Amino acid sequence: MSEEKKKNELLFFALRNSKLKIGAAIVFLFVLFAIFGPSFAKYPLNEFVAGGPNPPSADYYMGTTAYGQDVFAQFVHGLGSTFIVGLVGGGIATLLGMLVGFFGGYKGGWVDELLNGVTNIILVIPTFALLLIMVAYLKLRGILLESIFIGLTCWPWAARAIRAQTFSLVSREFVDLAKLSGMGTLKIIFREIAPNMMSYLFMTFILQFGGAILNAATLDFVGLGPTQGASLGLMMNWATIGSALLLGYWWWFVPPGLAITAIVGALYIMNVGLDEVFNPKLREM
Amino acid sequence: MSLRVENLTVYYQTLKGVVQALEDASFSLGDGEIMGLAGESGCGKTTLGTSLIQLSGRMRYMRGKLELDGQELPVWDNQAMNAFRYRKVSLIPQYAMSALNPTRKIGRMTRELIESRSVDFRVVLPELKRRLELVELSEKVLDMYPIELSGGMKQRMVMVLSTLLNPSLLIADEITSALDVSTQKAVVKMLAEFRDREFVKSVMVITHDISVLYQVADSIMVMYAGQLSEKAPADAIIKNPRHPYTKMLISSLPKIGVRHTEQVLSGIPGKPPLLLDPPAGCRFRDRCPVAFEKCLQVPPFLEIQKDHYVACWKEFESHAQAK
Amino acid sequence: MKRYFLRKLLIYLLTFFIAVTIDWMIPRFMPGDPVLNMLAKAGSVHAEAQEVMYGYLTTAFGLDLPIWQQYLNFWNALFHGDLGVSVLQFPRPVVDVIKSAIPFDLLLLIPAIVLSWIAGNKFGAFAARSKRMDNTLLPVGYILTATPYMWLGILLGWVFAIILKIIPISGAFSYALKPALTWTFVLSVLEHWILPFASLFIVMFGGWAIGMRNMIIYELEADYAHYLEALGAPKRLIRRYAYNNALLPQLSGLALKLGVIVAGAMATEIVFSYPGIGYLILMAIQNSDYFLLQGCFLFIIIGVLLANFIIDIVFILIDPRTRLGMQGGAS
Repeated sequence: MSEEKKKNELLFFALRNSKLKIGAAIVFLFVLFAIFGPSFAKYPLNEFVAGGPNPPSADYYMGTTAYGQDVFAQFVHGLGSTFIVGLVGGGIATLLGMLVGFFGGYKGGWVDELLNGVTNIILVIPTFALLLIMVAYLKLRGILLESIFIGLTCWPWAARAIRAQTFSLVSREFVDLAKLSGMGTLKIIFREIAPNMMSYLFMTFILQFGGAILNAATLDFVGLGPTQGASLGLMMNWATIGSALLLGYWWWFVPPGLAITAIVGALYIMNVGLDEVFNPKLREM
Repeated sequence: MSLRVENLTVYYQTLKGVVQALEDASFSLGDGEIMGLAGESGCGKTTLGTSLIQLSGRMRYMRGKLELDGQELPVWDNQAMNAFRYRKVSLIPQYAMSALNPTRKIGRMTRELIESRSVDFRVVLPELKRRLELVELSEKVLDMYPIELSGGMKQRMVMVLSTLLNPSLLIADEITSALDVSTQKAVVKMLAEFRDREFVKSVMVITHDISVLYQVADSIMVMYAGQLSEKAPADAIIKNPRHPYTKMLISSLPKIGVRHTEQVLSGIPGKPPLLLDPPAGCRFRDRCPVAFEKCLQVPPFLEIQKDHYVACWKEFESHAQAK
Repeated sequence: MKRYFLRKLLIYLLTFFIAVTIDWMIPRFMPGDPVLNMLAKAGSVHAEAQEVMYGYLTTAFGLDLPIWQQYLNFWNALFHGDLGVSVLQFPRPVVDVIKSAIPFDLLLLIPAIVLSWIAGNKFGAFAARSKRMDNTLLPVGYILTATPYMWLGILLGWVFAIILKIIPISGAFSYALKPALTWTFVLSVLEHWILPFASLFIVMFGGWAIGMRNMIIYELEADYAHYLEALGAPKRLIRRYAYNNALLPQLSGLALKLGVIVAGAMATEIVFSYPGIGYLILMAIQNSDYFLLQGCFLFIIIGVLLANFIIDIVFILIDPRTRLGMQGGAS
């Protein structure tokens, strides 16, 4: 089928798949909120604008923290950094996973054994503990650094999946043809194999995106998040420290976790929808 | 046993539309008859074969009457068919080599299968062992896992398993496709032996390889693009084919001893039509060297000589003239 | 079979070696002087006293020795079960501190992991049976597995401890009690255990249910399933086979997820101040207790490797393909 027809067919199914639509809509909504929210925030981030905690009202859309800061401001700014960490962290993990997965899967032999061995070792090591310890030693932490660390510890999952897919593609004729025509390894990988795995790569990225968000939230919650700014995980951290749980300031600790659950859940469901769109066998009649 | 099929029509529901995979198939199979069902890929032979036992996900029964041993065979009713499956109609699938559950010992799986069909395994066991011996499988395979068997061994095991309850009709779907020539011969001979010993009454052997059929089939039925082309005793098909398609098929077979400087191997130019929107009338029309206007109507499957059926207007014409 | 075990053992040893090396490296290669950090946390003290403490801690850390010797000493100490002295609970040895935390971790993790795995699998298989059930399970399962552990913990704590006031919110047992084999104590432990257990269980349950549902659908499409169908076998036989076969990848999935589960457990313990290793790590970080931190990480690594090994053994026992594939099937 021609490229054009194929794209149109995919689009056709994409627009009809309810899981994809709902998932993407939810994520999109939150992205919009993250982008435009700050301009709607009445108060600057983390400034003390009230005497103490207040439940949501017309004045404070999402109430104020135990110390009198605007929760809405924290929330919309936090959404932004959450998305950034997801994108960058997930992106790095996917890229690294692609590198390792493609090379190992394509080359085979001892290269694959080595890369696969490394992947498995990192998979077994509880990288979160590692992450904790590494980040604990850093005095100043920014979102970028956090994303890099997350990317560096989450790539094995992507590498594993990509390696398996590469294996199945490598044995196909068009790769043999490329090899015979003398194409270099890198070229083969990026011109022949990767394009055929585009859909799979995209789905892997979405999973990494979601995973990075969860990882970042947990890191932030433990107190190892960025030392400046806000994030959804940090909000929960501050809430716990500020005894929001014991004192019942639900507007402080419920929204951030709810947002994370909604976003990551939507991403996962989107992924299932994408799988159905890309894999004809799964399509419902 | 006897199988009578009338106007069996099965379509596939796909996202692009309806594929008219099998159109008005009418034929019969007699007691003890081994019929080969031949044709190129996509001609509908597997559709025909499997629809006799199980309509898979996308298959849609459109119309047709079927009768097995005088009883109606309700292929359109999945529930009702269960009574017939394994006992009356059985299948050796195309994927026989992966048809055994990899995590169950073969003997245990057999027992669970047999008992789930309300048959006492203890009664069947001695016969099972006899048959294993017949196909040269040691009794010990019952204690092994599928992974411990070679491809050929698994194939034979499936053959024994599928025929264990002595079905009237056995459908053997491409059972030789993955095998080398000498094993092909052995498997096909085994099939004949099963029939001779009355483990099965009649067999429908589905294959795209006519030379295999010549070894064992009593009759051969040729299909093209979802329509039946010709059915005749094996000898007649090979030596005296009447349908233009069959003629071209036979002549395109390489013959041993013939060197191609003497006789060029002729293929059949063109491709089979897509069955999403098949041409009207005889579907071989476009590739047929003797097609004429009448071919725009679907030719009926008629008996022009004893046990020799053909669906071709040209043949009917020349046959009428010959009379 | 021997080769398989030897190979696995080798990989585990290698992993252990690498993990321990990383563990040892971190305090020494991170920016900043670990001793200074520890001192800074200790608060302001006389300059002279600081110097003495600096000297003491430096020796204790062995930082005055050449690097390679520090490394060897570390391994040496490891084999003697000496992980140093905790700063947080000075002067208790690290090993002791960790030892008292382990039972709580086991109490929390083992039931949560095992029960959620069993229940999640059963449920996922059950849901795959009907379209309607599947359509409700799918979103619920994905949402559950997308839920951050600590948030669920917070929610549960809020509802049951604060609003309904029926379950306590922190610690492993009532602060008024001392560990003893009495009913009161056991009940208190259970009270404090139920919420962290529930948050771990619920999130993991979602993950397993989704995984099993996907695996079962895959297995039901396998050739052996079609064959049995063609031979008229009842649905429940086919489903039983599919379920048993789907359990295998779920089991290996469990081994892989252990690292993630550790993270979740840590977050949950922090929410409930449940004194497991996760909580210890938090305390260690906050108090710059690097010895304790190193020790905790080591224990986690050992635990995960052991669990992996156990799962490998179970796998061999129940999967004939692994068992026999190694002896080379007939071909």
